[in-house]
Amino acid sequence: MVEKILAAKAGKDKVVPGDLVSVGIDLALGNDITAPVAIKEFERFGLDRVFDPEKIVLVPDHFTPNKDIAAAEQAMVLRRFAEKYGIKHYYEVGRMGIEHALLPEQGLVWPGAVIIGADSHTCTYGALGAFATGVGSTDLAAAMAIGEAWFKVPATMRFEYKGPLPQWVGGKDLILFTIGQIGVDGARYRAMEFAGTAVEKLSMDGRLTMANMAIEAGGKCGYVQPDDITFAYLKEKVSQPFEAVYSDDDAVYEQTFSFDVTNLEPQIAFPPSPDNVKPVTEAAGIELQQVVIGSCTNGRIEDLRIAAAVLRGKKVHPRVRLLVIPATQQIYRQALEEGLLMTFIEAEAAVSTPTCGPCLGGHMGILARGEKALATTNRNFIGRMGHTESEVYLSGPAVAAASAIAGKIVHPEEVL
Amino acid sequence: MILEGNVWVFGDNIDTDAIIAARYLSTVEPRELARHLMEDIKPDFPKLVQPGDILVAGNNFGCGSSREHAPLAIKGAGISCVIARSFARIFYRNAINIGLPILECPADLSALLPGVDKLRVNLDHGLIVHLQSGQNYQAAPFPPFMQEIISRGGLVEYVKSRLTLE
Repeated sequence: MVEKILAAKAGKDKVVPGDLVSVGIDLALGNDITAPVAIKEFERFGLDRVFDPEKIVLVPDHFTPNKDIAAAEQAMVLRRFAEKYGIKHYYEVGRMGIEHALLPEQGLVWPGAVIIGADSHTCTYGALGAFATGVGSTDLAAAMAIGEAWFKVPATMRFEYKGPLPQWVGGKDLILFTIGQIGVDGARYRAMEFAGTAVEKLSMDGRLTMANMAIEAGGKCGYVQPDDITFAYLKEKVSQPFEAVYSDDDAVYEQTFSFDVTNLEPQIAFPPSPDNVKPVTEAAGIELQQVVIGSCTNGRIEDLRIAAAVLRGKKVHPRVRLLVIPATQQIYRQALEEGLLMTFIEAEAAVSTPTCGPCLGGHMGILARGEKALATTNRNFIGRMGHTESEVYLSGPAVAAASAIAGKIVHPEEVL
Repeated sequence: MILEGNVWVFGDNIDTDAIIAARYLSTVEPRELARHLMEDIKPDFPKLVQPGDILVAGNNFGCGSSREHAPLAIKGAGISCVIARSFARIFYRNAINIGLPILECPADLSALLPGVDKLRVNLDHGLIVHLQSGQNYQAAPFPPFMQEIISRGGLVEYVKSRLTLE
């Protein structure tokens, strides 16, 4: 599928893995950390325009609402650039969301699109059948100027998951399990195709979670081929015409993995690496001081519904701080209307406006020396959420909510 | 271009949070970023590293976030070149785009000792020489397209030349 998308955009009949292609892009994305560097580089071009003000997206989401003066000034760089060049898709605090939850929701992603973002989790959009990958700030600067980016065509690895999935097991568990199997460089430079009966039945939110963490296996992109679930999601979001692209029946895969997930347990990534993955029962009893439910990985409405289903009528353990961060303003509103926020508040969780915040140790929930957190986020490197002697465990929303109640890592069934 | 310098040796999967922690991303100045380079995994590193030093690492160097601040911090510290068995792909792009020399070398250089071993690197040919023993190592060459970006001094200059042509 990726080879076909890149060939079409490069105006070629066919490309093969290893080819270098320069392709026109449908969207270029930056945030309050990466865009200021890109804007500084862009200014060196001496241009009075961007290649297309409708194809650039700027989202201040990492250190916003501004955590300090330096962050405020970086956000201002974005805002001023957006004003100066008439950037259509600039999302201010109060209307914004975490970029990778926001763009699909706003209808900016469609099958067959080529999207680059100066953020590693740009690979999220593969869940909708787009070719989307993370790049750096200088790449973003060049793309804002000429509307093109260069790529080495990646080889593709196929991952088949044979279901049905057990209760309390979702997209996060599938992707953590996969990273645990192949390692943090197991898919380095590769495209990851997610398929099989378990993925076919997985909701769009679950698929977005899977594609989101392709980067944690070193992948260039991760994707699910478009199907009825994709088209139902896109309906009323995407108005422009698009042509979905599919893998050929005789597509060449560098490697194919097949996993029977019928009895898969919820998965936990132990610190300090997302590939240090074990079933939840092997993590049982690890005492926690903080639990975070949110991020571009697991801050969507389905994640909040799962967390609320576990938390309803219960209280967060007295030793634990539970932070719930809906990923976009729209998700926040929907969670409010569905009564989920009330469930969280009654459980004595702190509910925050959308922000990447604690995921990268920015703000809104930093850990002290020796503290342990369980988070639905994507990385658990040393010092990721705070002090270098703090630890982050990764899980899906069901285990996170249950563990917040228990005060230690548990299987959701133990609190229900 | 020939470089010569003392080595610093790091292991596999050195992530971008280790290279430069997110709490320091409120600046885009390479020298300021360099003051916190590798701080979370080697706290005294920013004080010890000297301009011209060469950084040696294992597999998947620079994995994690897309932050260009990571290669910028390395460049800001005056490190002349990074040699790794493999690089994470966004770091690889970023280093080329900002003109930080990097070499992918399959040889295991993890036994080299900081403060003892010195390397000489021929960037044009990807040839690495261990000065004390005279042992040679060959790094993978860059594809011509990337050589063009590198020879123009990074992606910005490359794009500028494209814009002028248009």
